[in-house]
Amino acid sequence: MDSKTIMLLIFVFIISAYLGVELISKVPSQLHTPLMSGTNAISGITIVGAIAACAICANNHVLGMILGGIAIFFATINVIGGYFVTDRMLAMFKKKEGKKK
Amino acid sequence: MDFLAIKDDFICIILYMISAVLFIMGIKKLGKADTARKGNLLSSIGMAVAVVSVLISQDVIDGGLIGYGIICCAVIAGSVVGFIWAKKVEMTGMPQLVALFNGFGGLSSMLVAISQYCALRGGSDRISTDAFTSITLGLTIVIGAVAFTGSLIAWAKLAGLKMFKKNIVIPGKNILNAIILVVAVIGIILYTASPSTGLGLAGILITTLASLVLGVTLVITIGGGDMPVIISFLNALSGLAAAFAGFPISNTVLIVSGCLVGASGVILTLIMCKAMNKTFAALLFKTAKKKAAAATGEHKEPKAMSVEDAYLILEAAKNVVIIPGYGMAVAQAQHAVKELTDVLMDNGCEVNFAIHPVAGRMPGHMNVLLAEANVPYEQLKTSDEMNPQMSNVDVAIVIGANDVVNPAAINDESSPLYGMPIVNAYEARTVFVLKRGQGTGFSGIENPLFTMDNTIMIYGDAKQTVSQLVVEYEND
Repeated sequence: MDSKTIMLLIFVFIISAYLGVELISKVPSQLHTPLMSGTNAISGITIVGAIAACAICANNHVLGMILGGIAIFFATINVIGGYFVTDRMLAMFKKKEGKKK
Repeated sequence: MDFLAIKDDFICIILYMISAVLFIMGIKKLGKADTARKGNLLSSIGMAVAVVSVLISQDVIDGGLIGYGIICCAVIAGSVVGFIWAKKVEMTGMPQLVALFNGFGGLSSMLVAISQYCALRGGSDRISTDAFTSITLGLTIVIGAVAFTGSLIAWAKLAGLKMFKKNIVIPGKNILNAIILVVAVIGIILYTASPSTGLGLAGILITTLASLVLGVTLVITIGGGDMPVIISFLNALSGLAAAFAGFPISNTVLIVSGCLVGASGVILTLIMCKAMNKTFAALLFKTAKKKAAAATGEHKEPKAMSVEDAYLILEAAKNVVIIPGYGMAVAQAQHAVKELTDVLMDNGCEVNFAIHPVAGRMPGHMNVLLAEANVPYEQLKTSDEMNPQMSNVDVAIVIGANDVVNPAAINDESSPLYGMPIVNAYEARTVFVLKRGQGTGFSGIENPLFTMDNTIMIYGDAKQTVSQLVVEYEND
């Protein structure tokens, strides 16, 4: 990798970290669980890396392809499960005069 | 062909940009109660865009039909498992599920790095052999593996597996962890020195094994009450692992979203630490000192009372605060508590909940349980909001909480809890403490609140006690 690309990637990394700090620092405590579970689903973004790695290995390394496939499987559980669980949780947060028994 | 390749990447990069923006908007909206659900939806759309984008990238097109076949199978299988799991889980099982999903994310990032290494060994020119690529690949393995096994241990502890019930002590754990970390780093150095030879392979294996062990030894000594901190921390790690997995294939969307998650995890970790008045380093490195509770002064016996008598006091109350803790989750008492708030409010009483940031086993645990029981979120107050009004409260009902209401944190400098912000339940005119038995909490620290003159203990299962109180009201 040439140094220009490396510097660009590090630049992206630093800016994103700063942006993340700015975005999260004022979240009310009642939303901590959904926030954690929602960002947890986002960390499943590694599915993109898994798909790329699996495909890159498809022509030249069988073990690598299988590992990539397993990575896709687990990342997908993380993504799909994470988003649905977060949605279920958030659906429960209601304002006053919700349904009364 | 060259032109086509550039064009495809062009579309990919634009899609990645859209996806990153959706993630950022999603996280922003996730931070506000009114828009949180929409935020979650936006970020899931961002995820879909990112997946579509990688599926039409040159890498995947070059992978051919076999590649597409495996990808489709894995995605479909993962979706089905994830969907069913998310729909079936009980709300009380939420902390361990979040921990487990988080572990899967870490495992996936670790496997991605190993698979990238395989591609290099297989002769692909997509993974270069320079030091930067090699180090980031190694770091992905370390962070991903620690997030994976660490989350598994956290899951086992939260799910209450028998062998993890007791607090496990590893003698000299700091030295042990340091040695394991050094071994993992040596693995990265070996790999970086010579990525495409046997030495590199040895490096990858050493790093992987050492990191997997490190996740276990790091988390296994941490007690249940510190779980909110450690879950947030593991969440940060799995995000960082995803970010690092993006470096070797220069994938910006991985770096951006992984880093966003990492930052949010770090912030949550710090918030949780602050709420416990511990530094993160102390939590991770110090062995919990089991100080034998020094018998200071005369030992008073706590006053106990029957539910019937407690009801008479509660009936006269005009302002009630409920302080839930992990015990409420264990007894699954949230629905009974909601019924109690309903009858109290019908009786013309003001009811609020004072929720300590680290009550329960994950950040915001109590809020989720009470929301499940349809308690409107306006009633859920933080300890900072409730404490100034606490002296106007007629009855504070502590349900299964212990350390977060321990006044020793304010007035006893010798207490291990000293300095931790608490819910000032002791300032209420009367305090009910619903407790299973006379034991101390997870930390083993004596709680002076229980023996104070205005405190009344109601022993028994929290759910039954609360239900009995509701029955008393209905019989009236």
